[in-house]
Amino acid sequence: MIELNNVHKYFDQLHVLKGVTNRVHRGEVVVIIGPSGSGKSTLLRCINYLEEPTEGEIRVDGVKLNHSGTNINRVRQDVGMVFQSFNLFPHMSVTDNITLAPKKVRGVAEAEAKETALELLAKVGLSDKATAYPRQLSGGQQQRVAIARALAMRPRVLLFDEPTSALDPEMIGEVLDVMKALADDGMTMIVVSHEMGFAREVGDRVLFMDEGQIVEEGCPEELFSRPQNPRTQAFLSKIL
Amino acid sequence: MRLSDWLVLPEILPLMLSGLKVTVTITFFSVFTGLLIGTIVGLARLSRNRLLYILTTIYVEVIRGTPLMVQLFMTYYALPEIGIHLPPMIAGWVTFSVNSGAYVSEVVRAGIQSIDKGQMEAARSLGMSWGQSMRYVVLPQAFRNIMPPLGNEFIMLLKDSSLMSVIAVPEVMRYAGLMVGRKGGYALPIYATSGLLYLMLTLPLSMVVRRAERRLAKGD
Ligand SMILES: Nc1ncnc2c1ncn2[C@@H]1O[C@H](COP(=O)(O)OP(=O)(O)OP(=O)(O)O)[C@@H](O)[C@H]1O
Ligand SMILES: [Mg+2]
Repeated sequence: MIELNNVHKYFDQLHVLKGVTNRVHRGEVVVIIGPSGSGKSTLLRCINYLEEPTEGEIRVDGVKLNHSGTNINRVRQDVGMVFQSFNLFPHMSVTDNITLAPKKVRGVAEAEAKETALELLAKVGLSDKATAYPRQLSGGQQQRVAIARALAMRPRVLLFDEPTSALDPEMIGEVLDVMKALADDGMTMIVVSHEMGFAREVGDRVLFMDEGQIVEEGCPEELFSRPQNPRTQAFLSKIL
Repeated sequence: MRLSDWLVLPEILPLMLSGLKVTVTITFFSVFTGLLIGTIVGLARLSRNRLLYILTTIYVEVIRGTPLMVQLFMTYYALPEIGIHLPPMIAGWVTFSVNSGAYVSEVVRAGIQSIDKGQMEAARSLGMSWGQSMRYVVLPQAFRNIMPPLGNEFIMLLKDSSLMSVIAVPEVMRYAGLMVGRKGGYALPIYATSGLLYLMLTLPLSMVVRRAERRLAKGD
């Protein structure tokens, strides 16, 4: 459902993505790992067009993103994103955070949007926080709201950019649990994360990125225990 | 000066108060239009469109680099020479709106830039358009942050509106000048009263601004 064809990205002279080609299928959970600066975030951001790829082709459900006729707002409704820093809207209650886009973009009625929001909050274990404001929540709770907010648009795929790396260790579990539940529900997910336990348990495939390229990929068990590429080996030996 | 000069007060006060009404009204309208212009120009100055950026930058620099008095005379005395005749009140309102718009646009621009980029990205990633994201996510936060400088702008305009007396807008200072002229004296009670009338408005306003600043500093 997501096709990357020889994707390149330059920031001025800096060549950040150097020909990334891959396919992610419906229901698949793909985990991307790699050293800092290898282009993981840039790749995710290209997939929902927060960055424009300089070259190459990205298709979501067959729709080519970098094409003048494509309504990018329409595509983004199907491609949700969860950020490292949560990026909740601080001037809105939790419920309003979740209902804003469905109301404004999809034209969902207030009552229905609210109902969906409450269902989603229940799903992420935050039913009691519907009227709270983001600043009143812990990091883990904020990230779970952010996931609920992304889900409210009923996306076909969710992108996660290091969703737990801004969290205190004791809160990482609660967010990963929500993500696992999503994976079990069959959500297509692309996750940049160095949580190896998560990758092993729910990842269908792990991509190792280095210097703007996918250097190696495989199922988590394979890649973690028998990495083939020396660069993968070097990286894993540092973080495992 | 004799203490009995102050007995002129009951006589002048009604006129001064009617001048005050004009001062407040015209300031209020100017702030409103200035805010509108300032927001649009502030957004334009952040736009990637080169032409839009250059045009709005010229506007801001010209307005900020020339005296308000010159701008007022341009509108009231120069425009008629190219066939545009505006009554004093309208000329005052237009000039002050255009002037305020330039200052406000800088405030608005800084306000928008102070909002974390992640806010716009989160909104866009949910499928909202640039306009929707600005309107519902970025601008409400930006305006909250810039309430104090906007309040100060309001106070400045209130005081500067006294300049409109030179184009015969019937505001406080216009009446004050007329009365001093007509009575041949009484400058002290009349101008002191004018000053007090402005102070009556600006003091509470700046207290509100101060309070807003403190609330923002506390971060809630
Ligand atoms: N907007 C930008 N402008 C210029 N350079 C950028 C921009 N965004 C990213 N880069 C550069 O691109 C390279 C890849 O960045 P990217 O954020 O994709 O790496 P990453 O793999 O996500 O790293 P990390 O693990 O630290 O998050 C880095 O060298 C970074 O400095
Ligand atoms: Mg990153």
